[in-house]
Amino acid sequence: MEKFDTVTGLAAPLDRPNVDTDAIIPKQFLKSIKRSGFGPNLFDEWRYLDHGEPGMDNSARPLNPDFVLNQPRYRGAVILLGRENFGCGSSREHAVWALLDQGFRVVIAPSFADIFFNNCLKNGVLPVVLPADTVEALFTATAATPGYALTVDLQAQRIVTPDQGAIDFDIDPFRKDCLLRGLDDIGLTLQHADAIRAFEDRHREAAPWLFDKQ
Amino acid sequence: MSGKTLYDKLWDAHLVRQDKDGTALIYIDRHLVHEVTSPQAFEGLRLAGRQPWRTRSILAVPDHNVPTTDRTAGIADPVSRLQVETLDRNCAEYGITEFTMLDPRQGIVHVIGPEQGATLPGMTVVCGDSHTSTHGAFGALAFGIGTSDVEHVLATQCLILKKTGNLQIRVEGTLTPGVSAKDMVLAIIGRIGTAGGTGYSIEFTGSALQALSMEGRMTVCNMAIEAGARAGMVAVDDTTLEYLAGRPYAPSGELWERAVTAWSDLHSDADAAFDSTVTLDAAQLAPQVTWGTSPEMVADINGVVPDPDDEPDSVRRDGMRRALAYMDLQPGTPISSIRPDHVFIGSCTNARIEDLRAAASAIRGRRVHAGIKQALVVPGSGLVKQQAEAEGLHTLFTAAGFEWREPGCSMCLAMNADRLQPGDRCASTSNRNFEGRQGQGGRTHLVSPVMAAVAAVKGHFANAAEELD
Ligand code: SF4
Repeated sequence: MEKFDTVTGLAAPLDRPNVDTDAIIPKQFLKSIKRSGFGPNLFDEWRYLDHGEPGMDNSARPLNPDFVLNQPRYRGAVILLGRENFGCGSSREHAVWALLDQGFRVVIAPSFADIFFNNCLKNGVLPVVLPADTVEALFTATAATPGYALTVDLQAQRIVTPDQGAIDFDIDPFRKDCLLRGLDDIGLTLQHADAIRAFEDRHREAAPWLFDKQ
Repeated sequence: MSGKTLYDKLWDAHLVRQDKDGTALIYIDRHLVHEVTSPQAFEGLRLAGRQPWRTRSILAVPDHNVPTTDRTAGIADPVSRLQVETLDRNCAEYGITEFTMLDPRQGIVHVIGPEQGATLPGMTVVCGDSHTSTHGAFGALAFGIGTSDVEHVLATQCLILKKTGNLQIRVEGTLTPGVSAKDMVLAIIGRIGTAGGTGYSIEFTGSALQALSMEGRMTVCNMAIEAGARAGMVAVDDTTLEYLAGRPYAPSGELWERAVTAWSDLHSDADAAFDSTVTLDAAQLAPQVTWGTSPEMVADINGVVPDPDDEPDSVRRDGMRRALAYMDLQPGTPISSIRPDHVFIGSCTNARIEDLRAAASAIRGRRVHAGIKQALVVPGSGLVKQQAEAEGLHTLFTAAGFEWREPGCSMCLAMNADRLQPGDRCASTSNRNFEGRQGQGGRTHLVSPVMAAVAAVKGHFANAAEELD
């Protein structure tokens, strides 16, 4: 996956709780067997006025002027501000692929759904959990200041605001290291192949029926 | 020292190694695979030149995209067809067992695993699907994963995880007739909220839980994810064993005896400490109907649509307003006056034989109301369908005006041709009422099978408890 070091760029606000992965990328786009190309269909049902299907020319579709991310001032945003329980619902990793394809590298919210959170970390997207009032303040500042940009420094675990304010955040050290180095888990796990094999032997001994049929 | 919870025991029994910071490698016993979340994982495996670690741990089935009408001619939608064919090809290439679309055992992945005995107590079960929590009903540690983790399990038979907290949800007492496992879990989500279980594994306990059949327990565990918990589980007891005995993939003979002995420990110790416990009284529960666009937006059948103005939290208040606008509902509207125009009985939550029996019992001799445009019954698997037909349920449904379909996910997520049109209002036995879930602009009310059937014949929601006697 792509390394994550420091990201600086526009923040865009998505002011609703419980944004689910069905909304992030509707099901008709899950029929793809690829990992890329989901960006134009990110938030498809909110973003366009017509009904989207795979294979359509998205550039020719009518945009919903009321959808916040369609406002010119948020074009090119790399940081998404969300509310509680962001990414709830289906496990579809396509949701993260769509965010990434659209250019988002950071999602900031007071809380995330587990599977989405994990999927972000596997794709070089940084999910940042901040207290609700801190997120609220970022929403307010973003709305009040066109061009509001943040710098997210993963090494320092710090977000720097345009007025040089600093917001510190927590992250699991293992995941931080993977993101900073752009490491994929599989290679790391296979370093423990002997331990897995040894476990498997013990496990087969203790519960042979798990290995018996199928 | 206090004892272990069921989750602790399952975790410990699958721990390959652990780092000082708690990052653990957990061994996976059963990997269920479907067509939507696996193609990119197989592709990744292939690109890296890796092989699946243990193909015999994998069971694959196409379910999300398959048509529920006659499928002998194949899938009309070329994009869906490619995805299903890709699964077929990947399984053939790697020697993975797959129940293909025309196999009588095909069905929704979370229905067929238990039905085959491929889900067993004490297992770790994963699938690239959030409703994998369903399998926890068997005293298994089961949870959904993303596609990168599907590839990770394929390649290593393990996952990198951190332990969650332990949340106990205790439901004591006896359910009123007409109130089901679905109502129980909707009421739980209404109580703790869709993020209430985030960071936890939930164990469902209590006399009302123990009184449920395996089907009912699966319904409850299925929706643990809608409460934010990745895993939900129920301790093993005689009900579990009776369900599993003789299933194709379950052990038999001497191995069965050994397994049963081992499984007798799959419950939380009496002195186990939970991080949190929530208790509900089953006798107080009425049938539930969701009114909004999140499963926590739920009310009793005797209740009314709530007023956002009564909600103190501004973010939640806005969420409620948006939901009511989307659902085209006014605060104060009695739930029983809401008139669906579609009824969907299906999904991994409620498409097992017991669910179809419950729905059939409510329509016996009555007809689908004239105001209902479409009423669908989609069995959870080919074997459920066979069983229902053997019991004559299909003629009951079709005589009443329901359509009787082939198994699959169908209108639970509308990836195939079964979907709502903008503005359609559906009484659905599925698990998600998100905006657009059943078709763009469609409005979903989550209910139990018997409540869906009652709504179908009356043309509006009504208290199943009263309709049954
Ligand atoms: S029935 Fe619905 S919830 Fe269940 S696996 Fe299929 S799409 Fe997912």
